[in-house]
This record gives sequence, structure tokens and C-alpha cells, in this order.
Amino acid sequence: MGYTLDFSVVWHAMPALLWGCVGTLGLALAGMTLAMMIGVAGVAARDSKAAWLRALVIGFVEVVRNTPFLVQIFFLFFALPLVGLKLNPTVTAIIALGVNGGAYAIEIIRGGVQSLHKGQIEAGYALGLHKGQVFRFIVLKPALRAIYPSLTGQFIMLTLTSSICSAVSAYELTSVAQRIESDTFRSFEVYFSVTFLYLAISWLLMLGFAVISHRFFSYPTR
Amino acid sequence: MAPHFGLAEFGFLLRGLQWTMLLTLVAFVGGCTAGLAVALLRTCGHKGVEWVIRIYIGIFQGTPLLLQLFVVYYGLALTGLKLDAFVAVAIGFTVNASAFLGEIWRGAIQAVPRGQTEGAMALGLHYSSRMRDIVLPQAIRISLPATIGYLVQLIKGTSLAAIVGFIELARAGQIVSNQTFQPLLVFGVVGAMYFILCWPLSWWGSRMEARLALASQR
Repeated sequence: MGYTLDFSVVWHAMPALLWGCVGTLGLALAGMTLAMMIGVAGVAARDSKAAWLRALVIGFVEVVRNTPFLVQIFFLFFALPLVGLKLNPTVTAIIALGVNGGAYAIEIIRGGVQSLHKGQIEAGYALGLHKGQVFRFIVLKPALRAIYPSLTGQFIMLTLTSSICSAVSAYELTSVAQRIESDTFRSFEVYFSVTFLYLAISWLLMLGFAVISHRFFSYPTR
Repeated sequence: MAPHFGLAEFGFLLRGLQWTMLLTLVAFVGGCTAGLAVALLRTCGHKGVEWVIRIYIGIFQGTPLLLQLFVVYYGLALTGLKLDAFVAVAIGFTVNASAFLGEIWRGAIQAVPRGQTEGAMALGLHYSSRMRDIVLPQAIRISLPATIGYLVQLIKGTSLAAIVGFIELARAGQIVSNQTFQPLLVFGVVGAMYFILCWPLSWWGSRMEARLALASQR
């Protein structure tokens, strides 16, 4: 075997790869935003009085959590045009990530809401806080604190999952890598380096989330 | 004239489903074996070894499964070994499973009350007996819900073998979809097959979690 590793192709392609990282982060951010909206709406619908709405949300969560993301994105890729949405692959990917992440977000947010004790809110009113203050200090902040670790973990998972969006050639890091690979035939070098770019992204995200948590959610509360 | 989705196509998907199950089984058994070693090394008490294992686990948790598969797949090709696509992806999933199961069981081993280990030491049991007879039986019970949860992840994850070209359920779906031009029907059926495989496991896992939580309240 006369194969010698040559990482110079990766070095030459670095600007394109870094733009791919930006694409990945943008995709993840847009996907997570959509996921949060689905999450909040889902939690509201999950506890609604209409039984069919509750069943719909439970069914949605179970179906999304028990099927692979790859199959979900293929399904949406073909289903969205049928309902009249002719979208480019990147927007399709954002919707797929949002729908997938939304199912997990429903479970996470619901857990946060359930962790609140009714007595705390009553105690807030008894102390003379008005409605806005009760919501801000007694409902929102403790609920956010409770779900923050799972929510940020979910965001990192979503970022890593976004690599699968290369299957519909959305603009992100893995599809950039695939293009470079098909130009240079240096499969191992390209994918090996890109793996560590992903590792850097998830470490930076973890670090950022830890800083935010330390600033806003540490005891004693500010 | 493209063929319609009929019995022959359904049979092709079922064969894909068989490969998905076989791939999951091989990766899970291999991952359990290697994962046990990872968990034991991670809790062995030697600072250097624990650090190396931490980094090992961190790399697998911090990178996409798809890229791990690419690296293993093309990395094995570089070594000059002529490996079957199944063997290559099975190795990829096994290594990934070893890291995730290792981390789950690390947590479970550390969740066993310290008094159990201390009691075993006071009885004069050596390491292997202490682990085999005292700690691990309790740790397995604690880790069961998370282990089942990972099994569901693994089943879903094997769909990524489709992207490197191995014909399992998701890839079979792509092929049938291209032949029949009925993507919604085909991917609907494929999704339903995954669901039938995963949902009972998820249900079993969350029921067991609830029971364990109840037991620990007493």
C-alpha cells in the first residue's frame, strides 16, 4: 500500500469549511428557534381541554422520537412540495430540524413547568409581588433554570444531527465536506478533519452555555 | 412505466429491515462488551486512565455519528483491508456504542451507594468479585432504562449506514422510492417499520424508569 496521508487539501479548503461551520450553526440556530416555538405551542396543546388535541401532541412526540431523522427529512423533502411549499433544501432542513427538535422540546419544557410548585406562586402573591414579578422571578427563572441543562444539551444534539441534512444537500459543514471530498478524493483526510471541526463547535457551545449558566442561573440569585 | 409499490417492493423493504435488525444486534452486543470495559476503566481509580477514557467518550459525544461512520469507513479502507460494507459500518456503530454505553454504565456504577463497595472491601472481596457480585448487579438495574434508551437511538442511528451505501431499511426505502416515484408512501411505510421496532422499547424503558423512581422513593 503506497497511500500517504495528505492534509494539505484540507488546509486549502479551510475557508470553505469554516463557512460550512457558519452554515451549520445557522441551521442549528434556526432549527432550535422553530423547535422552541413548537415546544411551547405543544406544551400548551398537551394540557388543553380538547382530548383530540392532547392525543395529537402525544402521537406527534412518539412518532418523531421513534423514527430516524434521516427518514423524517426524506419524508418532509417530498411532502412539503405536495402541500404547495416549494422550498430550497436548506429551508427544508430547518423545518425538519425544527419538527424533530420540537418533539424533544415539548418533553423538556413540560418537565420544567411541572417542576414548579403551586405554593411558590401563592407565596409570591402573599409577599405582595404583582403578577409580572411573580411570572418573572417565580415562574420563568426557576423553570428556565430547571430545563436549561437539557435544553442546551438538546441544542448541541441538534447541531450534530444537522450533519444528516447533507442528505438533502442543505448548506452546512458536512455537505461542504462532501463537495471537497468529491473534488479531491481525499475522503479520510477531509472527514477526519471535519469531525474535529464538529468537536470544536460542540466544545465551544458547551463552554458558552456554561458561562451563561454561571452568569444567570447560579445561586445566590441576583 | 415505473412499477407500483406492491408486494415485491414491500418484501425488499422487509429484507432491509432484517439488515437493520442484524446491524443493531451486532453493534449492541459488541458495544455492550466494549462498553463494559470502557465503564470499568472510567471508574478504575487511576487518574491518567480515567482522563484518557473521558476524552474518548467526549470525542464520540461531541461529534456527529455520521462523521464517525465516514471516518471509520474510509479509515478502514486506507488500511488496505478489503472489508465488506456491513463489517465496516458494524465496526463504526460498535465503537460509538462502546462510548455511549460506557458513559451510561459509568454513571450507574457511581450511583451504587459507596457503602456497598466499602462493605465488600471489609469482607475482603477482591476487585473482580466486588464488581461481579456486588456492584455490577445493582448498577445494571439502575442503568437499564438508559441502556434501552440508547438501544432505540442505535436502531434509529443505523439508518445513517444508508448514506455510506449499505443497504439497510432506510437505503432500501430510498431505492424503492426512486423506482416507484411514490416517496410519501414508501417513506411512510419505512417510518412505520422503524416505529414498530422502536416504540415498544421506548415504552418498556419509560415504564421501567417510572418503576425504579417509585422504588427509590420508598
